[in-house]
Amino acid sequence: MAQPIVPVRATMIRDASRDQPGAPPTPRWVDALMLCAVAAVAYGIMRAAAEWRAPLSPNVQVSLSPRELPYYAGLSTLRMAIAYVLSLVFSIAYARIAAGSRTAERFMIPLLDILQSVPILSFMPGVVLGLAALFPGRTLGLELAAIILIFTSQAWNLAFSFHQSLLTIPRELSEAATVYHLGFWRRFTRLELPFGAISLIANSMMSWAGGWFFLMASEQFTLGANNLRLPGLGSYLAAAADAGDTHALFLGLATLVAVIVLLDQLLWRPLVAWSDRFKLEQSGGDAPQSRLLDLLRGSALLEWVSARVTHPLTRALDRRLGTPPTAKRARRELHDDAVSRFLRWAPALIALALVVWGAFAAARALAGLGMSDWELIAVSAGATFLRTTIALILAAAWTIPVGVAIGMNPRWARRAQPLVQITASVPATAVFPVLLLALLTLPGGLNIAAVALMLLGTQWYVLFNVIAGAMAIPSDLRDVAASYHVTGWRRWKTLILPAIFPYLVTGMITATGGAWNASIISEYVTFAGHKQSTVGLGSLIAQAAEHSDFHLLLAGTLVMAAIVIAGNRLVWRRLYALAEARYRLD
Amino acid sequence: MNDTVSLLEARDVMKYFGDDRRPVLEHVSVELNQGEFVALLGPSGSGKSTLLRILAGLMKPSSGDVRVHGAPLDGPNPNVAIVFQSFALFPWLDVLQNVELGLLSIEMSDDDRRQRAVKAIDLIGLDGFEEAFPIELSGGMKQRVGFARALVVQPEVLFMDEPFSALDVLTAENLRTELQDLWLAKTMPTKAVVMVTHNIDEAVSLADRILVFGANPGHIRVELKGLPPSDRTTKSAARARLVELIYRIMTNPDDDAMAIVEHSQLDRPRAVASPRAGRRPAPARARRYQVLPDVGIDDVTGLVQYIGGIGGHAAVHDLSRDLQMRTDDLLSIVEATNLLGFGALQDRQVVLTPIGTRFADSELDEEKAIFRAQALDHIALLHHIVRDLETTPTHTLEAERVIDQLEHSFSGEEARRQFETAVDWGRYAELFTYDDSSGELTLDEEHRPT
Ligand SMILES: Nc1ncnc2c1ncn2[C@@H]1O[C@H](COP(=O)(O)OP(=O)(O)OP(=O)(O)O)[C@@H](O)[C@H]1O
Ligand SMILES: [Mg+2]
Repeated sequence: MAQPIVPVRATMIRDASRDQPGAPPTPRWVDALMLCAVAAVAYGIMRAAAEWRAPLSPNVQVSLSPRELPYYAGLSTLRMAIAYVLSLVFSIAYARIAAGSRTAERFMIPLLDILQSVPILSFMPGVVLGLAALFPGRTLGLELAAIILIFTSQAWNLAFSFHQSLLTIPRELSEAATVYHLGFWRRFTRLELPFGAISLIANSMMSWAGGWFFLMASEQFTLGANNLRLPGLGSYLAAAADAGDTHALFLGLATLVAVIVLLDQLLWRPLVAWSDRFKLEQSGGDAPQSRLLDLLRGSALLEWVSARVTHPLTRALDRRLGTPPTAKRARRELHDDAVSRFLRWAPALIALALVVWGAFAAARALAGLGMSDWELIAVSAGATFLRTTIALILAAAWTIPVGVAIGMNPRWARRAQPLVQITASVPATAVFPVLLLALLTLPGGLNIAAVALMLLGTQWYVLFNVIAGAMAIPSDLRDVAASYHVTGWRRWKTLILPAIFPYLVTGMITATGGAWNASIISEYVTFAGHKQSTVGLGSLIAQAAEHSDFHLLLAGTLVMAAIVIAGNRLVWRRLYALAEARYRLD
Repeated sequence: MNDTVSLLEARDVMKYFGDDRRPVLEHVSVELNQGEFVALLGPSGSGKSTLLRILAGLMKPSSGDVRVHGAPLDGPNPNVAIVFQSFALFPWLDVLQNVELGLLSIEMSDDDRRQRAVKAIDLIGLDGFEEAFPIELSGGMKQRVGFARALVVQPEVLFMDEPFSALDVLTAENLRTELQDLWLAKTMPTKAVVMVTHNIDEAVSLADRILVFGANPGHIRVELKGLPPSDRTTKSAARARLVELIYRIMTNPDDDAMAIVEHSQLDRPRAVASPRAGRRPAPARARRYQVLPDVGIDDVTGLVQYIGGIGGHAAVHDLSRDLQMRTDDLLSIVEATNLLGFGALQDRQVVLTPIGTRFADSELDEEKAIFRAQALDHIALLHHIVRDLETTPTHTLEAERVIDQLEHSFSGEEARRQFETAVDWGRYAELFTYDDSSGELTLDEEHRPT
């Protein structure tokens, strides 16, 4: 070979912390602390397991003593974690299957869209009854029901995100994987998973936020006369609200915020910083940093675990699953007979049969409803539609100016961001009791409170998207506007609004779904022992669920899902297409 | 070589995408023999990459077949490694892991794998970069990793799809020389190389055989024999003649390539008629429309004005140097100038026509008028669009209708591209306006018949 050019190291732009040797050594106490944390988690899981095996009692007393709070917080977090792991596994598998086959994709992606629009809470009575029957006399059934509820609030966006990632893998990378015969497992671990990692992590954070939103709903179920409760932070808050104990309510809320902030610092931040290595290209901006990650990188304990445990384990897994493609093909040929073809189609056939049967049963149930029921549903839907619309308008009204101000002003952005993030991370449902406390005494108080909950629960989606949109306005466009003295309203009309429009629409899509879902929690409440309700689809669903009126419950649920889907298809998607076509800034 | 089976062969391959009416590749047959370095040249969209993908088993041909050592190929070709234009490195793996990637599917111990990868890294001049991540490397270094990853598997056949296009000139030159040295010294066990390139010089320096592709549908126009290694130096006369011949073939996409070869003053026949060329009456393709090169109108008018400013003629070589443009890009623009009647290629010189000179000298208003007249006179597609616009009562036309028409002459994506180019030119000529969101063409008000 001729003289190779000696490369200049000046092209190095990565941060030094990535290169292990350069990082400062991590003090030993970090390792010790980590060991303690592992022990604590193990102990917590064991205690929780004991709890799950405990006999079911119809009216569990939730203690309002602050000393129980850490324990309750642990139980709730554990439930969230289990549901999250399930969601993650489910979504990755679901997306992988959908991306692997055109036929499957044609069904699976629209199905995901529908699942996302269905009000989760409607299913709770059925799920709880079924699972309770499955584990008679044990709380395990209830625990599973709670986990399933959380799961349904976490899984869909993860699946969407991973599917999207799989579709956007650059063609040549994917071809390289084929040319070098990576096979299914290695393609998955070397290409697909790393490529999707950043978006999976970002969506995981959203999923957790979604899970916290259902914290209270997942820990207490009212079925007929029975009031079933699971010990946890959510039921603590509910109990405090029931007892009208403001002190406990605020303590619970503070604990919740503490848990969320802690998770953010100890889990998400390090993960986000770590996942920076999966970026395809380095953009100019700062790489995300995490002090904790730097510490972990230098940790001797972790290094030992990685060298002795994880590394050999992954390598063994890689060997077992990364069968050379030749062997695989032989196996596939072997199986390509009538029986295996039938087996491949059997799940689809069974699913189809179930769907047909379900649709038939649903139709019969709906046929049983009278004219007055449908009238009630229509009026309720109209009322809830008004409420969601007001909530969305209010959300847009304050988030657009604030979001633009933050997004166009980097210095502000840096100061406001942590504050906004923490405020946004507090689940609206947890604040709801406090709101009720203040509003229920007013005339029409529940109406206001319902709109407020919708607003609280959904405004952040809009705000974050508006900030992102404002940040994306190219500075040269701004300079041009400034140099031609385009100011005031004209500046908004010609520059800012068109630029944030696609982002605003994206935020609104998520917000609409969220607002409808929130109606189930907010239009019918039990507070301090009293039941209060207002006209609305959410209230109708919640009451039907409580009285086990499954026909009405089904009808209400379907109508709500249909409204959300129709809104997406007829309004938001079109606006989005328009925004994409006309206002894209690149 | 006739009695031995070829390493890799495509027989009468056709490729359609989706439900295109026009193929992307039409009746393409190639054979790859031991010891050969083959270069594929041709305009954008002529299916060079597609042919490579088919030969690599990354996609199936719509008809015809691919044979490896005489046996039909099904699935990814096990004997092939590819070097990609975009490098296609995995950003989350370091250099060593990227190179080892190719070896993962081969049964061997971890140590052996590491050793082989390290050797390949050394060979390609990346010593000391084993633990660097792609993001730390310059383009040239990244492509070295691409080469190491391909060579480490000791492929029988090496494919390269524009391996140097993403690199700056000097880096490309350097890497090219090294590759040539490796190839000629037989340091690598690779038995044949296929390289797609846009660069005629590159093809002439490296290849034993050069296939020139034509577009719409993609086909092999002509197959030229490369130079003997001793003639490949920059200064040789034989080289200059071959480069000139290829220029001429490529700038006359509608002419019979064989006729150009015979016409050239080369002292010995170098061309072998491609199997396809004999089968069809070459220039007489019944096509309603010319192929508009995919170039922006600013580039065309800019070039005409530039040449007008320096005396009305300029050598392609000088232009490419002075304007810092790749030759093939420049030739596309020259082709557009030619279609519009502003200039022509004569003996590797771009010479402006009288109209072209007038265009270069005139002010904006007159410039537009000249352009409008030329576009209407010379570009059949624009002529037809304007005629249709004039005859419909609303003076509007849906884009999809035009594209539908074009699909009789071009494959799906190409039809769209042709339409977009025509819209770009027609808008500049102020013949019509086009609303992107409604997909509607509207006749310019000033030119409406009254
Ligand atoms: N996967 C695909 N689906 C649809 N059309 C495709 C696909 N791949 C290529 N094409 C079309 O096939 C034609 C030939 O493409 P190809 O990439 O093979 O051309 P090429 O000669 O390599 O061009 P270039 O020099 O620009 O790389 C183009 O019109 C392209 O748009
Ligand atoms: Mg190509």
